[in-house]
Amino acid sequence: MGRIVLEDVTKSFGESQVIPPLNLTIEDGEFAVFVGPSGCGKSTLLRLIAGLEDTTSGKIVIDNEDATQVPPSKRGLAMVFQSYALYPHMSVRKNIAFPLRMAKMSQSEIDKKVEGAAKILNLADYLEQKPGQLSGGQRQRVAIGRAIVREPAAFLFDEPLSNLDAALRVGMRLEISELHNRLSTTMIYVTHDQVEAMTMADKIVVLRAGNIEQVGSPLDLYHTPRNIFVAGFIGSPKMNIISGPEADKLGATSVGFRPEHTDVSKTEGMWKGRVGVAEHLGSDTFIHVHDTGLADMITVRITGDIAVTHGDDIYLTPQLDKLHKFDADGLRMA
Amino acid sequence: MAIVATTTKFSVYGRPVLAWIVGLLFFFPIFWLVLTSFKTDADAVKPEFLFFFTPTLDNYLNMTENYDYWRFATNSVITSVFATIFALAVGIPSAYAMAFNPSRATKDVLMWMLSTKMLPAAAVLYPMTFLTKSLGLFDTHFMVIVVLMLINLPIVIWMLFTYFKEIPKDIIEAGQMDGVNTWGEVKEILIPLAWGGIASTALLCFIFCWNEAYWTVRLTTTEAATLSKLIEGNRAPEGLFFGRLSAVSAAAVGPIVVLGWFCQKQLVQGLTFGAVK
Repeated sequence: MGRIVLEDVTKSFGESQVIPPLNLTIEDGEFAVFVGPSGCGKSTLLRLIAGLEDTTSGKIVIDNEDATQVPPSKRGLAMVFQSYALYPHMSVRKNIAFPLRMAKMSQSEIDKKVEGAAKILNLADYLEQKPGQLSGGQRQRVAIGRAIVREPAAFLFDEPLSNLDAALRVGMRLEISELHNRLSTTMIYVTHDQVEAMTMADKIVVLRAGNIEQVGSPLDLYHTPRNIFVAGFIGSPKMNIISGPEADKLGATSVGFRPEHTDVSKTEGMWKGRVGVAEHLGSDTFIHVHDTGLADMITVRITGDIAVTHGDDIYLTPQLDKLHKFDADGLRMA
Repeated sequence: MAIVATTTKFSVYGRPVLAWIVGLLFFFPIFWLVLTSFKTDADAVKPEFLFFFTPTLDNYLNMTENYDYWRFATNSVITSVFATIFALAVGIPSAYAMAFNPSRATKDVLMWMLSTKMLPAAAVLYPMTFLTKSLGLFDTHFMVIVVLMLINLPIVIWMLFTYFKEIPKDIIEAGQMDGVNTWGEVKEILIPLAWGGIASTALLCFIFCWNEAYWTVRLTTTEAATLSKLIEGNRAPEGLFFGRLSAVSAAAVGPIVVLGWFCQKQLVQGLTFGAVK
């Protein structure tokens, strides 16, 4: 079981409040991702759940028990750190066995669990090595192994992939998702990378300055962002947001349209602009358009290839049924 | 301007020569001490026997016979070892707390500890003597151990603090998440990781305790007297007996020189305060 409830949780460091009163429920077995720009309080929130930081006020309930005053060692949660935080003086085997040894489990049981975890994570050949002899990806696997052997109520991941190179990151992302499917244990995952959030989460929690901007499934957030911040944060490339007379014409203070929901023509369309950079990826083309009079730059994404180069004139037409309209406060209009 | 690595004549010949000169300069007093310890008191003051003399073991033999060298040496070992153990027992938890759970006052506390080392020992001589005598602790091992521990505690805590600071906090936090209590953190993670630093600190503390003279000379007479006291006692009222004094001194510094020789690496690490990883 791993249902985690935050009730009016706040956190202040000295005078500055980094988490204003916050309420959140993470259901048992859910893969929740905290996402937001750096400094938004997502890591602090994770550390509050872990117990590595004390709450200033409010309540943290884990499995229907008030855990607010419970030390991290007694919360039954496992954490994977960005820096891996392996014990450099212990072999891989001892690293993975450490939480079990601390739980005073019998040696035969420890051996069985360590071997099991090593098999799942492809670490069997490295058990006697020290963390210093491993690559980044292998170290991250050891950190995950150390977390899974305990069968915790929930896993906490603090930007676990940001120290890995791009290719490895995609691989590890899949492995963690598979792990979640296999274990069905609650996972809370902190990242600033919205692609990780979109691909892994059951539930995304978008944070800004300690406030929850929106909670929902990845596609909820994609299709119906509650405000301009979420609209701009979720989706890659970013949603185009325009305001001014053109937005007024469409009936809102600000209007957002996604790069992939924009039609392009070389001859006619709603808005005329000039091609700045065209990124040809083969499967897709990203075109950055200037001089539209709408915003500094409008990005469009076209499936397949289109023969445009820098300086070409181009016409853009947003798909009107996929517009996102926001009022003067930046909130989504119904 | 580009920095070009050059092999100058100085770096090939000059540096080793300079290093030897400095080395010999530092070694000379020890050498002189040992040399003099094999001379008779009469020979020791005669310039004609500077390097060429008939060596004698009398000074050493007399020492064990007349002064009970072994009792002083035992006292030195006991007081230094226990003072070091207690200093670490207090220092490790203190440094741990300040390194991993610093508060706003941590820096001030550290500075205050260091500032106690700036107080001239003579300033507290009277209160200390008065206190030890009125508590009935004058000339006891206990008192010497407490005093040696206290005067070395600031440096011990500072050194340990510096070493502990180098351990990433994540690793300690990982330990907490893995279910260890505070004692477990210290025993399973902190001490194994900072072992080199703790050893250097202990070694340096031991040497400082062994060499300490101001308090050991003043707070002891016979029972808890250390080798420093033995040397001081040989500043004989009957006049200066250089041969004898040298033998006593050589026997007093001998163990620590040998210890230092074997632990050179740790010592250098300790003295540079972990500045170089």
